[in-house]
Amino acid sequence: MEFKTLVFFFLAAILVFASLRVVTLRNPVHAALNLVLAFFSASGLWVLLQAEFLAIALILVYVGAVMVLFLFVVMLLDINLDRLREGFWSYLPLGAIVALLIVAEMSLVLYARFSSVQESVAGQADASFSNAKAVGRLLFTDYVYPFELASVVLLVGVVAAVALTLRGKRKSKAVSPSEQVFVKAADRVRIVKMAAESSQDEPAGPAV
Amino acid sequence: MMVETLQQLLPGFLLPYLDQALQLGAGYFGPVVWQNLLTGVWAVIKVMLVIAPLLLVVAYTTYAERKVIGAIQVRIGPNRVGPLGLIQPLADGLKVMLKEVVIPAKADRAVFLLAPVFAFAPALVAWAVIPFNEFLIVANVNAGLLFVMAVTSISVYGIILAGWASNSKYAFLGAMRSAAQMISYEVAMGLSLVVVMMISSSLNLVDIVKSQDQGLFAGMGLKFLSWNWLSLWPMFVVYLVSIFAECNRAPFDLAEGESEIVGYHVEYSGMAFAVFQLAEYSAMLLGSTLVALLFLGGWLSPVGFLPDSILWLFGKIFALLVVFFWARSTFPRYRYDQVMRLGWKVFIPVCLTWLTVVGVWMMSPWNIWK
Repeated sequence: MEFKTLVFFFLAAILVFASLRVVTLRNPVHAALNLVLAFFSASGLWVLLQAEFLAIALILVYVGAVMVLFLFVVMLLDINLDRLREGFWSYLPLGAIVALLIVAEMSLVLYARFSSVQESVAGQADASFSNAKAVGRLLFTDYVYPFELASVVLLVGVVAAVALTLRGKRKSKAVSPSEQVFVKAADRVRIVKMAAESSQDEPAGPAV
Repeated sequence: MMVETLQQLLPGFLLPYLDQALQLGAGYFGPVVWQNLLTGVWAVIKVMLVIAPLLLVVAYTTYAERKVIGAIQVRIGPNRVGPLGLIQPLADGLKVMLKEVVIPAKADRAVFLLAPVFAFAPALVAWAVIPFNEFLIVANVNAGLLFVMAVTSISVYGIILAGWASNSKYAFLGAMRSAAQMISYEVAMGLSLVVVMMISSSLNLVDIVKSQDQGLFAGMGLKFLSWNWLSLWPMFVVYLVSIFAECNRAPFDLAEGESEIVGYHVEYSGMAFAVFQLAEYSAMLLGSTLVALLFLGGWLSPVGFLPDSILWLFGKIFALLVVFFWARSTFPRYRYDQVMRLGWKVFIPVCLTWLTVVGVWMMSPWNIWK
């Protein structure tokens, strides 16, 4: 067995195991952490296919940003697991049929080359080949309209999120930091010159 | 690679033995496996050669910080353990190791102990692609800068998991605050790096440093004026300040503001807490190195008549570390809403504007980065 095949099966085994744990674990935070592990092994598989840009982007976007938000939500929500599990047996037949269909389709497509690890279709590139450059060139020439469309969709998402949270007038009273920054000492404190006074007339107080 | 390096380093009378050992190994394992084995061993040796000095430097960064802040506040700093207090970091390490790691009763044990590792590991992994000069680099990856960004974005897990696994409301709220802060500043940091990528038209850190070696001023011998800090001045400032916020360093060290609000690591003690501290200092070291490489010309010499050397890089890193200490001893801590305002309302607009400006500039006839 080639070394590459060994690495592939190692990563694939972790991927399958972690994905199974995502759906079987009781604790949602542990499930999310296993999803992170699954992303890591998937990105390892992509590196094996010489798609280093995609692999790093997967880590950067999904592990570095999306999963962090996932964890935020999962930790902050009070998830009642027993209620989530209530209809398990009644939904099982339908779920099992869908799962079997997916497995059958995937195996029809993949079975022919299942037994060994294939080289990527693009062929062996030398080490100086920059994946990021190739992706960027395609993205901004052949696929520029879908790319722009995707960014418009994201922009709409941003605007929608802001519109959802910014409803009505702000109720809390806060000082604008830009005003605070420009405050001078003279605006708040008045320094008065006065002659020194002797303390002899005053009664002796406790030492401060 | 390993064989050539060994041949250069070993004294002459040992060379025949080296050849013999190599032939013996090749005969025993077969030439192909032997070659792969040598490559693997060489990789491990290279990793060790980076990590071991790095950990030592991290330990002495704490010493340097105490000495520098001491000097700024007209104190002496640590001076009891060893000459000039030089053994202080080792004494601190020993003390911390002997302390008990208290795990709260209702804590999630596994995640509680995993969190410091999540915080510390990324700051070490990123060194895999950091070049010390053109040739001294563990792995010269094409997408090096992207790799660093991806790896450092993982360190936020350490914070979130620490807060959640402690099963304490103070720690959890602190974790939410620190994580939100890190994510916010990551956006500004990424945008400022996009500008650097644009003008060097590469993601490779070696190429980015080399691209700073040319330009109008470099031709005149004033090389330090053609480094990225001048042409990308706003991005330089944004990146430097974002690094401060990313490392949870003063003036953004809300996590350590025990007197006002409590941080994500209140429940940690002993070595588990020390690992968070180590993570902070190694992230700081990594941040200084990245600023030195991306904006201050890395190992390039500032003037034409002096040779480029790795010593310049070390000097720049140390100078940036002193900036970190200096900021800690002079600036008051930001309030949390001010931290968020600076990130979202000041840095991100500045980055987006400068991104457009540089884009137009590069397309104009006055492009200086050809």
